[in-house]
Amino acid sequence: MSLLEVKNLNIEFTTLDGVVNAVNNLNFAVDKGEALGIVGESGSGKSQTILSIMGLLASNGRATGEILFKGQDLLKTPEKEMNRIRGKQIAMIFQDPMTSLNPYLRISTQMTEVLRLHEGCSKAEARKRALEMLDLVKIPDAKNRLDRYPHEFSGGMRQRVVIAMALLCRPELIIADEPTTALDVTVQAQILRLLEDIRQEFNTGIIMITHDLGVVATICDQVLVMYSGAVMERGSLQDIFKRPLNPYTRGLLHSVPLPDQSRGEPLYSIPGNPPNMLQKIQGCAFNPRCEFSSERCFQSKPELIEAGPGHWKACYRESGELEAFERGKVS
Amino acid sequence: MSEPLLKVSDLQVHFDIPNTSRMFAPKQTLKAVDGVSFELNPGETLGIVGESGCGKSTLARAILQLVKPTGGDVQLNGQSLLGLNKQQMREARRQIQVIFQDPLAALNPRMTLLQIIGEPLTVYEKHLSAEQRRARVMKMMERVGLSPNMINRYPHEFSGGQCQRIGIARALILEPKLVICDEPVSALDVSIRAQIVNLLMELQKDMGLALIFIAHDLHIVRHISQRVMVMYLGKAVEIGESEALYLSPKHPYTQALISSVPSMDPDASRANQAILEGDLPSPLNPPSGCAFRTRCKLAQPHCAETAPVLVAHENEGETRLVACHEV
Amino acid sequence: MSSIIQTDAAPTQIFPEDAEVLKGRSLWDDARNRLLNNKAAVTAMIVLGAIVLLVIFGPLLSPFSYDYPDWDNIYEPPSVGDAHYFGTDSIGRDLFVRTLYGGRVSLMVGVVATIVSLLIGVAYGATAGYLGGRVDNIMMRIVDVLYTVPFMFFVILLMVVFGRHLILIFVAIGAINWLDMARIVRGQTLSLKHREFIEAAEAGGVSTPNIIRRHIVPNLLGVVIVYITLTIPQVILIESFLSFLGLGVQEPLTSWGALVNEGAEDMETAPWSLIFPAVFLAATLFCFNFIGDGLRDALDPKDR
Repeated sequence: MSLLEVKNLNIEFTTLDGVVNAVNNLNFAVDKGEALGIVGESGSGKSQTILSIMGLLASNGRATGEILFKGQDLLKTPEKEMNRIRGKQIAMIFQDPMTSLNPYLRISTQMTEVLRLHEGCSKAEARKRALEMLDLVKIPDAKNRLDRYPHEFSGGMRQRVVIAMALLCRPELIIADEPTTALDVTVQAQILRLLEDIRQEFNTGIIMITHDLGVVATICDQVLVMYSGAVMERGSLQDIFKRPLNPYTRGLLHSVPLPDQSRGEPLYSIPGNPPNMLQKIQGCAFNPRCEFSSERCFQSKPELIEAGPGHWKACYRESGELEAFERGKVS
Repeated sequence: MSEPLLKVSDLQVHFDIPNTSRMFAPKQTLKAVDGVSFELNPGETLGIVGESGCGKSTLARAILQLVKPTGGDVQLNGQSLLGLNKQQMREARRQIQVIFQDPLAALNPRMTLLQIIGEPLTVYEKHLSAEQRRARVMKMMERVGLSPNMINRYPHEFSGGQCQRIGIARALILEPKLVICDEPVSALDVSIRAQIVNLLMELQKDMGLALIFIAHDLHIVRHISQRVMVMYLGKAVEIGESEALYLSPKHPYTQALISSVPSMDPDASRANQAILEGDLPSPLNPPSGCAFRTRCKLAQPHCAETAPVLVAHENEGETRLVACHEV
Repeated sequence: MSSIIQTDAAPTQIFPEDAEVLKGRSLWDDARNRLLNNKAAVTAMIVLGAIVLLVIFGPLLSPFSYDYPDWDNIYEPPSVGDAHYFGTDSIGRDLFVRTLYGGRVSLMVGVVATIVSLLIGVAYGATAGYLGGRVDNIMMRIVDVLYTVPFMFFVILLMVVFGRHLILIFVAIGAINWLDMARIVRGQTLSLKHREFIEAAEAGGVSTPNIIRRHIVPNLLGVVIVYITLTIPQVILIESFLSFLGLGVQEPLTSWGALVNEGAEDMETAPWSLIFPAVFLAATLFCFNFIGDGLRDALDPKDR
């Protein structure tokens, strides 16, 4: 049994402008010790997906389908029990560390509170464990820093504190929502290394939401590419980076300038703009921006099909066609 | 070589920060930009990279005279921008325009595209009739890839990439000589970044613009600029031609910066990546001597005593300026 | 929810010359739509509109004037037959007409005093906030000093020196209320000042008065409008309070506050003389507060 299994997840929002489908028929699974990267741009539905896993969807949103965490459907779990699962078994790391830290409370207070609430530790015991965790995330001089306030830490250190808090109850699954986007590259490298170490040491499952393919290549084993609320491609890291089968995935990979590309040349770019959720697109959602679209793509939406072992794609084109097309453009 | 378009010499921007640790404590000085010099030729692109807090945005604002430099000089076409009167400053500003990081925040939400893009015309080309102004705006919109029939719409009706195009249109409508791009693609979706970079390069070629391109994305800086300046805690630590600097960085900070960029190759060994330890020191209380020594793998005792200055290193016809005792 | 219009804006694309110019949907349009979807606010607007119409045209429906004492009908309970719809007071004046006349005075004091405070406050606050530094410091210290002047003392002083007059009430209330407005506007301006579009305008050579006029003030309006809808009822209450203390409008002119005061004295013998003006006063205050809440939600949807 997978640690987390999402089956046929649909998310809808009721807004003044009508009903918006944020996520359509999403399926994926994460095992223990596995890192899944969810890649997507704004409006791809990746953030709504994780909010629905955490049971934190906005009040005008409605999720249907199944989200099985160790076999238990989180969508049917009452709020009281969700509170026990959240933070204890599933922990979340946000993009901006300041949003998950209360600026008016000491780090020690915030960390021990979690332990005392979820595990009923004594004060001294909780403090000891908080200190261990700060050491684990390599905060120098943790003993003296435990009683500081969040604003006394730098951005990178704050994110380490947040990770330490997420780890306090030894969660089995960590959901990280763009955890390094707000950080500098040198600090990003440190945080990614830390997450990798944690995964190996505690065999934690990780879901990493990001738009940075470099981050995905550094830390993830499995990749899910989302566009306009639907899965475009799903597979192992090698599959996605070496043998991408969906034009959108290929476009994303090409958009990053490669070291061997000559300076000043126009970069490859995906034309058009990210989709607008209010606009219904007939057929494949990517078709207005796709170089490979054919008659079929405008008529019906391609199903997610297994193109190789564990490699799923939602595209009518055969991989040979994509490559032939690209070769044609180059020559 | 002809006269440089922009000459920045020993530019300093220091802020006085009240010390909150106790009452009546002496004020602290934050040296956001501390003695930066460079030249920029017409039509050239200079990339500026560095981590947040390194002073790259303050440098941009000081060149634009949005913050007052506390020392040094900024010269445009040989004329100092410091100490100009209001009228002269207005004329100088016509030549330097700016593109901001957050495309939506840089546009007044209550104004239509016509008003936003046309505003510089109302300042500098007062003789234009409303009809002529409208025509100029529509032409510019088309130039940056916006449909001119959107002219009466408001910024919130556009996506991030389109808002950045609006910002570019506003910056270019007066046909300036120099455009300062302060992280113009950092806030955009990955698939849109390349579009905006291509647009900037294309417009640069057509209009002969000089660009200062500030970013933390090294891939893109390298792609668009001829020369790159790396900054750390308000100082330039390395300046060189972008290709050469990227392939053989000399300053240990530049090396760390380049190796920190996550590799796109799934096979790249993750363990070998050199990771810079520690955080940026507080700019209020920078380390003595070389500011980078606290995180530097080459640091020696004498690095704490004197601050290194930029020294020219010649190599195969390329001149590289590096500020390090150990290079 | 603001919508993003999808366009296909590839850099190489040729746009048709004769494409129809599309109409934009401004933030004001969005806010209006949201406001019109707010049932409480729409109801409040309708009720308030009815009150305003009644106050303006209502007295035409009655044969009496507001200061005519009908000596035959002292303390007459409400009746339709002899046209005293709301009854009469202790000297036989028609309460229907007096309530509506009082409404004119109360609403006028509310609106005029608020406009006075609005004009001074916005100009003063936006200037102080945008210029900042020493100018801001001096301007705001002046505000602080004016805050320390006790309001009642100030009003009594004005009355003693100039005598009781309706204009004085506008002046007195406006002079106090602009201080709050200036503070709010200054705070908003400070946060706007560092927004990038202001920097862009500065870098574009736009002059300071034009930046304040074109970029700062329109972005302040949302907050200011909400504040206005909350200030008007506050001013009406202040006027009522002054009238209650006998410092308000001069007899035979009246206001809701003055009527409530008189009505309270006769509460046991002639409850109608209290009930009608009190109901009008309360309904008006309710309406303004509902509209204010509705506007706040409509103009700043993030806080919902």
